[in-house]
Amino acid sequence: MSAQQTSGAGATEPRHGMRLLAMWLVISAIADPLFWFLAGPHMPPGDMTTTASGAQSDFNVLMMAALPVTLGVWLYYGYAAVMWRASRGGSDLIGGPKARSNLRVQAAWIGTTTVVVLAAFVYGTVELVVPAGAGGGEGPQPIWTPTSKTILPIQVIAQQWKFSYRYPTYGGFETDQLMIPNDTTVAFHVTSLDVIHEFWAYQLEVKADANPGTDNVAFTTTKVLGNVTVRCSELCGIWHGAMFNFGHVVSKSQFQAWATTSEAKLAPVTKLLPAFSWSYTPDANGAAGGYYPDNADKYNKIETYGADKVSVADTKIKSS
Amino acid sequence: MAISMHESVDLGRPGETPPPGAAKRRSPWLGQHMGTALIAAAGGFALGHWAGNAIAGNYENVAGSGQNNVATVLALSFGVLGWLIGSGALNYPLAKLVGKEPAPEIEEVGWGRYFRFTLDHKVVGMQYIIAVLLFLFTGGLLAMAIRTELLSPTTHYFGPGTYIAVVSEHGTVMMMMATSVITGPIAGWLIPLMIGSRRMAFPRVEAFSFWMFTAGYLVILTALPFGGFPTGWTGYAPLQTQAAGGMDSYLVGFAVVGIGMITAGFNIIATIINYRAPGMTWSRLPIFIWSLLAVASLLALATPTLVTGGLFGILDRTAQTAFFVNEHGGSSFLWENLFWFFGHPEVYIMALPGFGIVGEILPVFTGKPLFGYRVGAAGMLGVALLSFFVWQHHLFQSGINPDMRPLFMLTTELISIPTGFIYLTGMGTLWKAKIRFEVPMLFALALYFNFLIGGITGVFLSDVPVNVTVHGSFFVLAHFHYTIMGGLIFAFFGGLYYWLPKMTGKTLNKTLSLVHFWMMFIFFNLTFFPLFIVGLLGQPRRVFEYAQRLQGLNDFSSISAYLLGASFLVFTANFAWSLWIDPKPAPANPWGSRGLEWQTPTPVPFNNFERIPVILADPYHYGEENPLPVADLGVPVGAGVGSGGSGGSGPSGISGTTLIEGGPGDV
Ligand code: HEM
Ligand SMILES: [Cu+2]
Ligand SMILES: [Cu+2]
Repeated sequence: MSAQQTSGAGATEPRHGMRLLAMWLVISAIADPLFWFLAGPHMPPGDMTTTASGAQSDFNVLMMAALPVTLGVWLYYGYAAVMWRASRGGSDLIGGPKARSNLRVQAAWIGTTTVVVLAAFVYGTVELVVPAGAGGGEGPQPIWTPTSKTILPIQVIAQQWKFSYRYPTYGGFETDQLMIPNDTTVAFHVTSLDVIHEFWAYQLEVKADANPGTDNVAFTTTKVLGNVTVRCSELCGIWHGAMFNFGHVVSKSQFQAWATTSEAKLAPVTKLLPAFSWSYTPDANGAAGGYYPDNADKYNKIETYGADKVSVADTKIKSS
Repeated sequence: MAISMHESVDLGRPGETPPPGAAKRRSPWLGQHMGTALIAAAGGFALGHWAGNAIAGNYENVAGSGQNNVATVLALSFGVLGWLIGSGALNYPLAKLVGKEPAPEIEEVGWGRYFRFTLDHKVVGMQYIIAVLLFLFTGGLLAMAIRTELLSPTTHYFGPGTYIAVVSEHGTVMMMMATSVITGPIAGWLIPLMIGSRRMAFPRVEAFSFWMFTAGYLVILTALPFGGFPTGWTGYAPLQTQAAGGMDSYLVGFAVVGIGMITAGFNIIATIINYRAPGMTWSRLPIFIWSLLAVASLLALATPTLVTGGLFGILDRTAQTAFFVNEHGGSSFLWENLFWFFGHPEVYIMALPGFGIVGEILPVFTGKPLFGYRVGAAGMLGVALLSFFVWQHHLFQSGINPDMRPLFMLTTELISIPTGFIYLTGMGTLWKAKIRFEVPMLFALALYFNFLIGGITGVFLSDVPVNVTVHGSFFVLAHFHYTIMGGLIFAFFGGLYYWLPKMTGKTLNKTLSLVHFWMMFIFFNLTFFPLFIVGLLGQPRRVFEYAQRLQGLNDFSSISAYLLGASFLVFTANFAWSLWIDPKPAPANPWGSRGLEWQTPTPVPFNNFERIPVILADPYHYGEENPLPVADLGVPVGAGVGSGGSGGSGPSGISGTTLIEGGPGDV
């Protein structure tokens, strides 16, 4: 961008603008492919889910614009520091109206930055809306939802200082193991029992605040088997730093086996839990410190966000 | 009520000669000063504490918990009141209130005035410099503690409660400091001198802001003996409602600092609009003043939200209201929104003054006029305006208003257009310039280097899909340290090196200054750049445990942080050595600046200008054959040039110096 300033070059003066432009093109032509091919495929958070690989490519695309801009500006400052230092002598009369403003340069600058910014906005919006919220928390009524036929709901319950998970389509059992079937679209329903936490499943590229009394939904679709690190990324008190656990993306049949066994094994415990609900209110008056299910009527109505309405039994993942 | 309608004995209206304030020397120990303020603050604290226990001691929730927030809040509030009364900040309004004629202010001399409530903006400016440095170094020590804990992923130097208290205290102290680090000291000292005025519009309000700022410092320090607070600087409820006594210090402290910010904001706006000397048209206003006008509007308009939010929080914790308590009909989202509605403009409060300072420094050291002056000024106002429309980019994953995310992505990215104007002016000014690499110029160039990284990573953060990866991680942390520390704090030091010779009449040791700069620049980047990677690799903010594989990067950052900390020791040594131990007089205009502030004698007299100057040109006529003098100062030849040396002592070939020799004589 800086290279557009070509005014006032004297006869003996090198053509700084052209030089800068050439240098800028060369370093951009080197830096961009270097990053794209060498670093790009390894950029976090990897490609375990659709949202993860989406975020990776978004990051890399932004980087393709960011590198030339950053390097261009630094190049300009470096060039100025070398070429235009007082110790190199020359005329002192470098002021005057021409040095104060230049309509062409200013218009070009404003035009270019505006175009870049609007392009970034359009790109970011598409990449947010098309992958159904890109793994971010979409609140209780998501408006951008996955197109998959079946969506597995998993409830994430955060509390000081642990995560636990309920599987409503499997009788609503609660566990602190996060098991996710592969090749499946998952709706994480994130809520909290006390303060604000944040569910960050790093490799899944899912991040959603856990707000008390609120159901915050985030979607992703698994693609690769592997382990998942879950960390709390909103400060929630003194043990916030220790609030993490691990999850696993397993095959559909493994998941099915695990889920049905857990459902049966945990049934006596599940009976004692508050009825499944999208959020729970702490029972301030309850002597035992229980929780009220906020909206118990929804227990059996598992939201499918536009996917075919299926009965609870059908929502169970069919092993393939 | 008897409100006196008489003209009070005052510093006068703009353009009016103030009363002949005969310089007086009184014993520094007599009267009201910081010592009496401290005593009164302690008394107020004890009184408030007693009252709180008397009022609420037998409430069920208090008696059962052993924690009386009413007592803490009252103790802190009465402590602040004591601080203000003890320092004399309220003498004038109190006297007016009871219908008495307040004692006329005297012009004081001697070191004692630096510890008093004083109406000389230059003395207040110096007080502020020491206060913000104290703030900065307190926060810096806490930062060293944070980096020490993060040396190891699993071995801990602090307990989890202590650690989170340290992180929260560091963040809050630093943010409070950063609200005023330039608008307090440098702007307070310079605004009247740069616009040709004898004083700020409201000198008492100016001093009041300072005493509120220092009161805020004391209040936030009390958080530590109360056991700290666990919420970080963002203070999210319901954790806020749940937290122990230190949380009250946070809420009261921010409210106190906030009131100081609001009053400072109005004062700056009133001064810039009304107190410009004749001829100081809007298009001649120094760019630094433009940046302060933008900042002051943010101070005045955004900070009330913080104060109000803090008040709600205090009520929730003391009077059992439920503003932020979900299960009783309140909303934890309310705090998030109130906080960031202030918090985002706040980050521009912490960026714009830095842009203004580099805008002043660049022309002087390039020997060229500022390029695109109008665009630069418009950019600052544009940033200030847009900054009110972006706050929810901090809440992209919070679950609130998910459909608004594209809008907030757009506004956030739009703000990079006016921010880009700062680079346009900088790069245009450097075009075919004659750069002198003096220390202030190095700091200014460092701002452009650092802020670019901060700004570009900001665009990554504003992109909602990428935000899912980086929100709440060390990537954010690195981003805002690059903008605040890499931008504002570098500009602050650049400004100090640039203006201290004027403020103190003494020269700073150049070698030590250079050592400070290079250490700070190199180790700042080495400390924070790795933290972008750490964040991308999955380390959340505010944690004391992290993945084993991230230890290398964390240790690298910690060791760099120690050396970064050491660079401030170099600065302190330089400061103490050059100003007190072995002072060397500074030339009157060491950099050859055309700025109006440099046309006054050193030390600047109590009333700044013998006669209100008539401004003839903007201060950027560098590199011209016969530049217009900046102002008609109406004083005989030579008298306008300070005692420290001759006006021509700037490096030869700097056109600005010809003005200083010739300017006033032209009249
Ligand atoms: C000596 C230089 C500094 C170092 C080494 C440093 C280091 C750190 C570190 C490591 C943290 C993160 C703790 C965590 O989230 O796990 C932190 C947090 C923070 N720092 Fe700094 N810092 C420095 C200077 C500053 C300055 C100058 C400012 C602002 C003016 C600042 C503002 C903050 C804020 C607001 C936080 C966030 C606290 C929170 O999470 O609530 N720091 N700093
Ligand atoms: Cu947490
Ligand atoms: Cu913001």
